[in-house]
Amino acid sequence: MKNAEEIFQILKNKFQDSVLEFKTDQPTEPIIIVQALEIDKICSFLSSEDELQFNSLVNLSGVDEIKENKLSVYYHLESTIHRHKILLKISTSREKPEVPSVVEVWQGANWHEREAYDMFGIIFLNHPDLRRILMPYDWEAGYPLRKDYENPEYYQGMKVPY
Amino acid sequence: MAIRTEEMVLNMGPQHPSTHGVLRLELTLEGEIVTNVIPHIGYLHRCFEKHCEAMTYPQIVPYTDRMDYLASMSNEFGYAVAMEKLLGIEVPERVQYIRVIMAELQRIASHLVALGTYGADIGAFTPFLFCFRDREKILNLFEITCGARLLYNYIWVGGLSHDIHPDFVRKTREFIKEFRPNLKETNDLLTHNRIFIDRTANVGILPIETAINFGVSGPNLRGSGMKWDIRKDDPYSVYHKFDFDIPVGDGRNGTVGDSWDRYFVRVQEMEESLKIIEQALDQLPEGDVTSAIPKRIKPVVGNVYGRVENPRGELGYFIISDGSTSPYRVKVRAPSFVSMQVLNELCKGHMVADVVAILGSIDIVLGEIDR
Amino acid sequence: MFDLFYKLTGSEIVSGVIISLLPLFLFILPFALFAVLLERKVSAHMQDRLGPMRVGYHGIFQTIADILKLIQKEDIVAKDNDKFLFNLAPIIVFTGSYAAFAVIPFSSYFIGSNINLGIFYIVAITSLAVVGILMAGWASNNKYSLLGSMRSVAQIISYEIPTILVILSIVMITGTMNLNTLSEMQTGYFWNWLIFGGPGLSLTKFLLIPFMFIGFLIIYISTLAEVNRTPFDIPEAESELVSGYHTEYSGMKFAMFFLSEYANMFAVSAIVVALFLGGYQSPVGYLGDLFNAPWLIPIEQFFWFTVKGVSFVFVQMWLRWTLPRLRVDQLMTTSWKYLIPIAFFNLIIIGIITLL
Repeated sequence: MKNAEEIFQILKNKFQDSVLEFKTDQPTEPIIIVQALEIDKICSFLSSEDELQFNSLVNLSGVDEIKENKLSVYYHLESTIHRHKILLKISTSREKPEVPSVVEVWQGANWHEREAYDMFGIIFLNHPDLRRILMPYDWEAGYPLRKDYENPEYYQGMKVPY
Repeated sequence: MAIRTEEMVLNMGPQHPSTHGVLRLELTLEGEIVTNVIPHIGYLHRCFEKHCEAMTYPQIVPYTDRMDYLASMSNEFGYAVAMEKLLGIEVPERVQYIRVIMAELQRIASHLVALGTYGADIGAFTPFLFCFRDREKILNLFEITCGARLLYNYIWVGGLSHDIHPDFVRKTREFIKEFRPNLKETNDLLTHNRIFIDRTANVGILPIETAINFGVSGPNLRGSGMKWDIRKDDPYSVYHKFDFDIPVGDGRNGTVGDSWDRYFVRVQEMEESLKIIEQALDQLPEGDVTSAIPKRIKPVVGNVYGRVENPRGELGYFIISDGSTSPYRVKVRAPSFVSMQVLNELCKGHMVADVVAILGSIDIVLGEIDR
Repeated sequence: MFDLFYKLTGSEIVSGVIISLLPLFLFILPFALFAVLLERKVSAHMQDRLGPMRVGYHGIFQTIADILKLIQKEDIVAKDNDKFLFNLAPIIVFTGSYAAFAVIPFSSYFIGSNINLGIFYIVAITSLAVVGILMAGWASNNKYSLLGSMRSVAQIISYEIPTILVILSIVMITGTMNLNTLSEMQTGYFWNWLIFGGPGLSLTKFLLIPFMFIGFLIIYISTLAEVNRTPFDIPEAESELVSGYHTEYSGMKFAMFFLSEYANMFAVSAIVVALFLGGYQSPVGYLGDLFNAPWLIPIEQFFWFTVKGVSFVFVQMWLRWTLPRLRVDQLMTTSWKYLIPIAFFNLIIIGIITLL
């Protein structure tokens, strides 16, 4: 079992500049902020390294950080073998929100990423099946959980705020 | 001359007796054999996460009820645990005990629905009504507690909406006394029935590595033989004070991780829950249940991930606060949402009838998947 | 019976029509009404509830209200249904089960047609339902219906084989296919029934008893499957196929499927009763003999036949509300790997015994 700071050091040694920051000013658990485009490599390292073995992706959530003009993704990872957990965060631009998918590492990420795509429009590169999941497949009015989202007036000829 | 054959695409649902709500499964069939299953969800999407951003923190509690509508108490409990972690509130002992009692009663009620509907999926209708008869008694207990039978709004951040009814302890004990023989009866009727075992054993085997990789949790993970329960492995509230076992699937009728194991884990869990309730009733301390409820919730900037063991698995709330009275972002890690993903993996190569058996054994609630 | 009406009306056609309608109005309709209510009450009481309670005392008129509702319901025929086959299917299915009643000996006096090939006729005519079911499934243009009817056909055909093998062993012992003769043979007390080796007190009778019990069990299980009852109700498995081949039917057409299901339940029970349990014979002797009133005997026989039949129908319901449903491959396994070989060996052994 390792605490978040030790894990951060391991990551920092391995990936150097891709691991950006260790944020401890949180009321609960600290965040490890990493480079968005490296997330798939970091995750496969986290899951395969013997002393880490993060075999389970507990949660994956997209967040719209409109003040910084960024879209972020939070990864809650847990190792059922070593019983430690960490919180990873990546950020990407709102204009071209592209991040690598981690489905190859944890298949459970599949629907979480689809949901993040559905709600925030974050494109997960190499995702096997990136479709809308909760919204209708033909929803064209944007991504509802973005802070600047506005309801369309009509959906397929039906008035939306009925 | 070979006969020309074609694959058939069968739409199961959204209106179908055994999709447990409004789920649509797109089955590709070769005769009766299923070659592919594509679940389509979202028919019950009620924008929980978007709503939360417009609500103050206490106002969210009734909305959490409506996610997993078979385990509303557990949903509230999860939200309260997450929020108290964020706010750093210490909750009085009595509140913790009552919460545990409610959550375990809710677990039994939810598992009863799971068992009953599973029996109905397999074709045995009588256990369904037996289970609902017992669930009714639990709902009566909830009713005398908070007036509602399904959506309670009882567990608040920092406390409870009000104290339990004076009769509650006595009636709960009566229920436990009545329920034990009833559970045995249901077991005799369904669990150890030869046909039931033939239908569920060796069907939909979920190996332990696959389960963890998919993030499957709760009884489904334990059915695969993994001893993992957040009540023990990441204790919250007062669970560390109680003595209970974590039942795991042992493949006694087939392979470890088959549908029967997942089913039987739930049966055993109900007995463990009864144990917890009995201990909690014995130790129930006196006190005020509303004293720690904050007047105005305004957490510091930051985030929290709080999780509890819901009847269906790990229910997590990821809450980001921006320092105002309503959350910046709430993401719910719904156990059914995650478990649902393995369906295709489990169903390939089985028959149409097995799809129903597997779906029932995962025990999904669409309200929680779609939120 | 025919002679009676011939004397009364003087016309062969009129009396023929009356005699063919009699079982329908005297027996099938009232029985179906009664059986539906019985099913609901049996299931209710097995499940700790009361069942229908509103229409009449303890809901005894519930099924009449249901029938009235079904008659009034709109008859929905979807656009892409094959209309001709769709309309024909319920009629054929109902004909199959209704026609079987023609040779069922309700009592020594009341038998529609006392033909020599009675049991053969029943086996043949009940197979007509297969055609109707396949027709319904195909014409509905619904994948659930098609799957259901395919299952149903495979199932009924598979389970006919063990049924026929057992019937064959009975024919071997008795040397007759006439159901009335069969029933008459088993007169006297219940130890003369074929399940107890038939009449007489020879060594053959005692040798036959265990094999007759096996035959009885096989025919009961396979007839259960032939009428698509739980645990063999996979053609209409509601949790998988909504309700199988009659998913698309509404109103009276649905009622006809429903009616024929209940009529079939009685028909197969009647076959089992006629073959193994003495048919209409009383197990303990007749009051008519006791009071020297011969007119009472056919009524008593009718009573005994109905009681035996209905008690088997009750067992079918009992099973339905207790057991889960088999999967389609397990169902086939039961028939081809277990019932047919056992029935076949049973047939051979009975053949050897009868040669003794």
